[in-house]
Order: sequence, then structure tokens, then C-alpha cells
Amino acid sequence: MNQPRQPGSAVELRDVSFDYEETRMRFDLRIEAGAITTIMGPSGSGKSTLLNLIAGFETPQSGRVLIGTEDMTDMPPSARPVSMVFQENNLFAHLTVAQNVGLGRSPALRLSESDRLAVTEALTRTGLAGKEGRLPRELSGGERQRVALARALVRNRPVLLLDEPFASLGPALREDMVDLVAALHAEHGMTVVFVTHQPEDARRIAGNMVFLDNGTIAATGNTAEFFGKDGPPAFRNYIGLEANAAPTRDVARKRT
Amino acid sequence: MNSSRHPDFRILAGLGALAFITLLIGGAFAGLIAEGAGNLSGAYAAFDSYLLRVARFTLWQAMVSTVLSVVPALFVARALSRHPQFPGRGLILHLFAVPLALPAIVVALGVLALYGRAGYFAGIMSAVSGDEWPGIYGLSGILVAHVFFNLPLATRLFLETLNTIPADQWRLASQLGMGARSAFRLIEWPALRAGLPGTAGLVFMLCITSFTIVLTLGGGPRATTLEVAIYQSLRFDFDPARAVVLTLLQIMLTMAVISVLMRLGADTAGDTGLSVAPRRFGAAGIGETMLNGALILTALLFVAGPMLATIIAGLDADLARLAGEASVQKAALTSIVLALLSASLSVVLATALVMARRVFAMRRGNGRKTLAEQATDTGAGFVLVIPPIVVGAGWFMALRHFTDVLAMAPAMVVTVNAVMAMPFAIRAIRPAYDAASERYERLCAQLGLTGWNRIRLLDWPVLCRPLSTAFAFAMALSLGDLGVIALFGSDSVQTLPYLLLARMGSYRTADAAGLALVLGLLCLALILLAGRLGKETPR
Repeated sequence: MNQPRQPGSAVELRDVSFDYEETRMRFDLRIEAGAITTIMGPSGSGKSTLLNLIAGFETPQSGRVLIGTEDMTDMPPSARPVSMVFQENNLFAHLTVAQNVGLGRSPALRLSESDRLAVTEALTRTGLAGKEGRLPRELSGGERQRVALARALVRNRPVLLLDEPFASLGPALREDMVDLVAALHAEHGMTVVFVTHQPEDARRIAGNMVFLDNGTIAATGNTAEFFGKDGPPAFRNYIGLEANAAPTRDVARKRT
Repeated sequence: MNSSRHPDFRILAGLGALAFITLLIGGAFAGLIAEGAGNLSGAYAAFDSYLLRVARFTLWQAMVSTVLSVVPALFVARALSRHPQFPGRGLILHLFAVPLALPAIVVALGVLALYGRAGYFAGIMSAVSGDEWPGIYGLSGILVAHVFFNLPLATRLFLETLNTIPADQWRLASQLGMGARSAFRLIEWPALRAGLPGTAGLVFMLCITSFTIVLTLGGGPRATTLEVAIYQSLRFDFDPARAVVLTLLQIMLTMAVISVLMRLGADTAGDTGLSVAPRRFGAAGIGETMLNGALILTALLFVAGPMLATIIAGLDADLARLAGEASVQKAALTSIVLALLSASLSVVLATALVMARRVFAMRRGNGRKTLAEQATDTGAGFVLVIPPIVVGAGWFMALRHFTDVLAMAPAMVVTVNAVMAMPFAIRAIRPAYDAASERYERLCAQLGLTGWNRIRLLDWPVLCRPLSTAFAFAMALSLGDLGVIALFGSDSVQTLPYLLLARMGSYRTADAAGLALVLGLLCLALILLAGRLGKETPR
């Protein structure tokens, strides 16, 4: 990539509170700079809300959101040093692959020569070379998410948020995508926050783990340790490792 | 989504549109009130027996028109629903959609060409009665024209209601051996009765605010409605005090009707779409089939008659000479330019309101609607309560103190027609905009896609079709309108409907018929285009 490597920034939520209908959420959390942090937890535990607070799609009722050393609490989403890949609707259906990626460089889609070069490079890196002119509907589900990752690459922001981006893909494809994220992280060193439902994804990508339950942070630590014998009981319970596992609490409806 | 701390140009656009509409309607009311307050004794004097007679006739003709439209429509709709295989059924339903698209002045001419003193019917009627056929002017003319408009509308609405009856009920009915009579009583009537108040209310509303039909077919002080009396008091008698009283009365009347309609849950913006779902069930007997066939045929003849008369009379006119006339060319050009401007303004206003409403709704989350959101939401539909003549009359009275009123004709025609078409434009645009926003709002926020960039890269590609639908519809509405232009028109500013009225007034009937054909076809083409653009979903 012909651009200065943008090192990852730490993300910090200081006493953040956010109430939505009957759910009350309280987050106090520091996410390590330049690391991969996986967020897991039952549906309705606040995983997406956590990412939305970092990205600026939601504003906390109290508390501060910091990225690097700067207070981001009142910044609009586009002004934050953050890229986010959603579960779906990452692409404008009427724009081509290259245009969708190019929007990461200029919201007016006025691209310089170096912008165009960066778009081509990012598409090559994500395995989409030759598909620049396609429309999203002509791509597979996995390819569409690769386009979103390519756009995150050309945006070159220090924090990459992934909100269950591979949830609708099959197991083999999901492994490929998780490996791609790990490789991009190794190359660029941005801070990656990865929300997933799949324990295999977390295990595969390693790094840190944050376990949410009922709107609060239930446990944090090293992912490998989480899956070990001494992992937090609530987490072991959630993924079904505990012998006398209580019935799953995963019944609340997901808020999207 | 909660980003209320960041300004959004869409809110500004919506507030701008609201301010514009408020100014247009508020200005008219200010004109009315200033005029009335300035001449209180004149206003009191206007409460006379003439006023009472006009008000009574307005209500009377609307009531009779409604009954004559709605009651036959019940049976025609039922007949059509009983015979899904009736030959030409689809064609009949399409034909029944045409009157709604035709300008009232074209319909008035069609009715005259058929039933007028010198109409195609006159020969037969004179031979049958032995007397000279006097032609249908006055109440009978108004009724025929109103039924021509509203019988097909009501039929389509009732048919839609009947189509909502679940197929299972019909299977059950045939299993139980229900005859036509008991099926009507137990299945069809309960469904129709639910739709009856809304449909009747809508028709009543359309008839009570009818201007062009009454102006052209009413023919004299005995058959005058409030709207026509407003026009006459301003253009002929120049009695502003009377105009104020008439206008206030008209507003009170429409408000009363609307409040009843709202209670009945009617949709005042009307409906043009209809799913034609042929459904088969126990076949009708021979007697019923004959009766239904006769019923459908009669309705068909009644609706097709004036249309055919318009076409034949129009083709009889010297179209080539008309096309060469400077005044016709000028009126056509004026009409098209004003309609283009009006449609553009209408679409811009509608889009601004749709955008602002969406932003308000997103910021609100699950909270209560704010007043601003209400205004951009249901509030916008309320402009339909205020007849264009009323807005025109208010501005007419206000402007005459400052400027040459007739010189303001273009601005008034464009703005009033734009605002009147706006609720329909909102209806076409809003679903597409809200769906796109639902999908892309977060992405736009993330990428900083706002303002002009967002319009260029997202809104325009997504809204292109609904905007075209709204545009074509607004343009047709404005092209055919003879409300504001009747008040503000003059020799220097003439539209096609105005020229048509002038030619009728000077008894150049053939010219008028030729113009009516052209105007009718133009509006019909636009409405068909709007329907086609609206139906096909993009990709």
C-alpha cells in the first residue's frame, strides 16, 4: 500500500451509559491499541450498541468515548478515526464495486490518480481484481463483504469495527474471511474490534476477548485463556463448555 | 439512530418547504381577513338570501351527486366482482380509471357534446319527445358530469373492497349452497358497508369543491356553488366583501366534511392503484348474469359516452387551423411552461418534506412525535382541505392593493398547483426514500455522505423513478387546472383550459372541442406515464 501506515489507536469508554427502551447498558472499557479484540455475548447483551457508540451512530446519555487521546463523544461518525463493516447493506446497490470503494476516499467521488491506485490495490489485496465494474448484486455475499473491507483499507483509519460481518456466510467462507481480516491486521496494524456469535471465529483470530452480558462487561482477557479450563464460567456457560450448562439465555430478540 | 447534535440540511430543507406552504396559505388567509375586517358592514350585508341559496345548492348538488354515484357503483362493482371472466373486464376497469385523469373542463365539454342543446343526443331526444331538446344545463348537467367522474372512481374503490374478501369465505359460501341474494347479504354487503362511508365521503368532498364543472355546466345564478360564486364576486361583480364571506363559508364547509371523513378513516388523497384479481367461485345464474351484464353495459356506455363525444367532436374541429393560431400556440406554450415549473416545485417541496420527516422520525426513535414531525407527516396532506380557488381568492384580494393582480397569474398558478399536487407527490416519493434511508443511513453517516453529494450519489439514483411519477402526475394536474387561472387569467396570460373556457364563452364550440381533445390526451398520456413509472420496481 502506497500510504503511510496508520498505527492503531486505543479505544476507551469511560462510564458510558446508554438506555434503549427497557435495556440499560453501562460500559467502562479500554480496548488495546493495535490489537484484535473480539466481542462476544448473548443476543441483546449490547454488542452492536457498543460498536455503535464507538462509531458514533449512538450518543451516550452520560460518559465519554475516547479514541487515541481524543474525546470523540460529540463527533459525528464521519469525523471519527473509525471504519465499520456492517452485517449487511455495506454497499450502495446502484454503484459499482470501484465506486463503492472510492467513496472511502471522497464522499463526492472525485478521485485523484493516487486515490484510484489505492482503490485498485485494495481490491487486489481483498481478492477482487477484475471486478471493479460489477454491481453489488452481481457479487456473492462473501465478495460483497470483501468490497466493504477494501473500502475500510482505502479509508485507512486507525480503528476497524466489524459488526458480525460474516454472520450470513458458510463456515468455510467465514474461515477465509477471518483469515483475511487477520492478514490485513498484520499488514496495517490497526485496532480491530470484532463482534461475532461464532466461538470458532474468536478462537481463529485469537487476540483479546470482551464478554458482554446484559448490557455490562462481564469479563475481559486473553482469548486463548477464555477458551481454557480456567476461562470465566459465564463465558464457558454461554459457549456450552460447562458440563452442567444452564439452559441458554440466548432468547432475547436482537435489536438491529 | 441518535445524532441530533449534528445539523442536518434535510431538516432545513423541510422547514423551508413548510415555511413556503405556510406563507402561501397563510398569505391567502391574511388577505381574506384584512379584506373582511376592512369592510365589516359589507361583509354583514353579504349574508343575504343569495348567499343562503348558494350554500344550499352547494350542499344539495353534492349530496345528490354522491348518491347517484355511490349507489349504482355498489351494484356495478358487485356485478364486476361476480363475473371475473366478463368479456373486456380488464379494459372496462382501465377505462374507469380514465375520468380521474381527465381535466374537468374536458369532461364538461364531452358532456355538452353528447347531451348539450346541439349535442349528438339532441336529435334523438327531440324526435322522441317531440319538443326541441333543451340540452342539459344547470343541475342535471352538473349531476351528469359529477357522476361521470365519481361513479367509476367509487366502482373501483368498491371492487377493491370486494377483492379483499378472503377466498375461503367464498369456498364456504358455495359449500353451504348460498344463493346470490344471501351471499350478498352475508358476505358482500358487510365488506361494502365498511368501505361505504369512506368512499361516499371522498365523493362528497370532491363534489362540494367542484369548480370547473359548475362554472361550465351550471349556467346561471340558479345553479351556482360557493366556489363559482367566489369567482363571480371577484371577476364580475367585484364585491370583495361578499367573496370573503363566501370563502369563509366554503372553508368551514370543507373543514366540517374533512373532520367527518377523518373520523370515518377515509383516505383523502384518493387511490389510483387497483389490483385486478379475478377470482372464481360459484357461478351466477342466467337471470343474474343478464342483469349484471346489463348493469355493466349501462355503466360502460355512460362512462364511455362523453369520452367518445370528446374524441369525435375534437376530430371534427379544424385541428390544423387551431394548431396554426397564434393564440393557441401561445396558450399551449404557457400551459406547458407553467405546468413544468409547477411540477418541479411540487416535487422539490414534497422531497424536502419527506427528507425532514425521515430525519425527525429517526431522531425520535420510539419517543413521541414532535410537532415538526407531525407537520411534515400528516400536516402536509391537509392542504387538500383548502380549495385552490380559496387560496387564489385570498391572494387576489391581498395583492390588488400592491400590484396588478393579473400580472401575478404565472406565479399564482405555479405555486398553488404545486402545493395542491404535493400530497400526491409525497405519496409517490416517501416509500422509496424511507426504504433507502433505512438501508443506507449508517453508511452515509460513516462515509460523510451528506448534502449535495448524498443527493447526487444516493438519493437521485434511488428516487429517479418515483420522482418522475410524481412529476408527471403533478404536471397533469397543473395542465388541466382551471381554478387559479380562472381568477388570475387575462388576455396576456392564458393557459389552454383558460382559452378553452374563453372559446366556449364566445360559442366557438368546435374550437373548444378541438382544444379539449388535445388537452385531454395530453393529461391522459402523463397520467399513464406516471402509473407506468410507478408500477415497475427498479431492479
